[in-house]
Amino acid sequence: MPATHTDKAFEQDLRDLREKLLAMGAKVEALIANSVRALTERDSPLAEKVVSADREVNRLEVEIDDLCRRILALRQPAASDLRLITTALKIVTDLERIGDLAVNLAERAMDLNMVPPLAPYVDIPRLADLAQQQVKKALDAFVSGDADKAEDVLKGDDLLDALFLKIFNELLAYMMEDSKNIRRATALMFIAKHLERIGDHAMNVAEMVIYMVRGKDVRHPRSRNLTAE
Amino acid sequence: MPLQSPSPRNKMEARELTLRYGSKVAIRTISLAIPEHQVTALIGPSGCGKSTFLRSLNRMNDLIPGTHHTGTILLDGTSIHDRALDVVDLRRRVGMVFQKSNPFPKSIFENVAYGLRVGGLKDKAALSARVEKSLRGAALWDEVKDRLDESALGLSGGQQQRLCIARAMAVEPEVLLMDEPASALDPIATAKIEELIHELKSTYTIAIVTHNMQQAARVSDRTAFFYMGELVECGPTEQIFTNPREKRTEDYVTGKFG
Repeated sequence: MPATHTDKAFEQDLRDLREKLLAMGAKVEALIANSVRALTERDSPLAEKVVSADREVNRLEVEIDDLCRRILALRQPAASDLRLITTALKIVTDLERIGDLAVNLAERAMDLNMVPPLAPYVDIPRLADLAQQQVKKALDAFVSGDADKAEDVLKGDDLLDALFLKIFNELLAYMMEDSKNIRRATALMFIAKHLERIGDHAMNVAEMVIYMVRGKDVRHPRSRNLTAE
Repeated sequence: MPLQSPSPRNKMEARELTLRYGSKVAIRTISLAIPEHQVTALIGPSGCGKSTFLRSLNRMNDLIPGTHHTGTILLDGTSIHDRALDVVDLRRRVGMVFQKSNPFPKSIFENVAYGLRVGGLKDKAALSARVEKSLRGAALWDEVKDRLDESALGLSGGQQQRLCIARAMAVEPEVLLMDEPASALDPIATAKIEELIHELKSTYTIAIVTHNMQQAARVSDRTAFFYMGELVECGPTEQIFTNPREKRTEDYVTGKFG
């Protein structure tokens, strides 16, 4: 059990920050799930809900940024507190981008729901599950300060990439088979790409969690070697 | 990353220094190096031993009855307790600036010239030159050059503290010890002292005790955290304030006070 701050108001600020980030994370996870359900269940009203629910995510982004700026200005945080604030400022951008990608996905779903499906959706829900799990795991790692779990997220990205490539090749085959498939296959390709990108944002979050916990920046190891020379 | 200069040599170094006031242990087996031309900040709660350690570096604790120590303090590799070493000479080489500015009830000029006169300098032109150089070095010259004969007690708190720094610098020490040099000053005077510390470190080696952690973060290259008479951790200041190794350091710099 970590010691608490002698200044209780500061302690409360940090608790608020964690809670807001958690709330934002939960909303983002729901956006991903609902946007894909809107596609697989051909539920366009649900897709519209995704679009409006994203505004909540945007609002939380602004609130969290405000709170971080206030803490930086008034509390001059140090050590793990400083790493928490800088991490929050960065992961909030990734979460907001995930929300935007879910909105894009929902919009593609609305288009696709107006035409007969190209084929049964099998791999796309699987890719969505993987992406959502990655986001969830990255957020769990953030909440529990678990760098090992964050490392799992980094390792897990290969699965998403492999599945995305498989979907990509399948959709390419549909397009080559019949040019009438191109419109729908392209929309699905965008959807798959959005899900793959969501996985990348989850990775960014995980990298920042590792920094927050261990104080060690694990990003861009190769680029770093370039500048060191 | 800018090219790192080769790691500086240690101007001063304490090796397993333990100091007692009577039977009370004030600091326990402290081993800490003060690298040349760097600012080393000593932080920690009241009574942690940081000021005692600072005062050990020019044997100011000798003046307190009942103190005795074990361990070694080296200045340029020579023990400062060496019989051959004159303590007055030590304090000339290792100067000190205190928390409360303590100008002598004399003129501004005489405050700075005092140490030089005691050291035997009599030539008037040479005295004037050294006084001006010290006052310039302490960023005070422009403010006092037209009233050098006025009493130092008429200066503002911030000016008095810079006068004390000028006085310490006049005898051209190699190391400057500063015990809370800005704790009684307003933010402007504090900023001037901090700017001065940045400028002084190319000439001197500086060790500073401060309760203001942001100040330690701003002015120092290395930070040492003392707690209950022990040195908990010493490292590059950036590391101490972003990613300290020890939990006690972490708790202190984040404001978690048991």
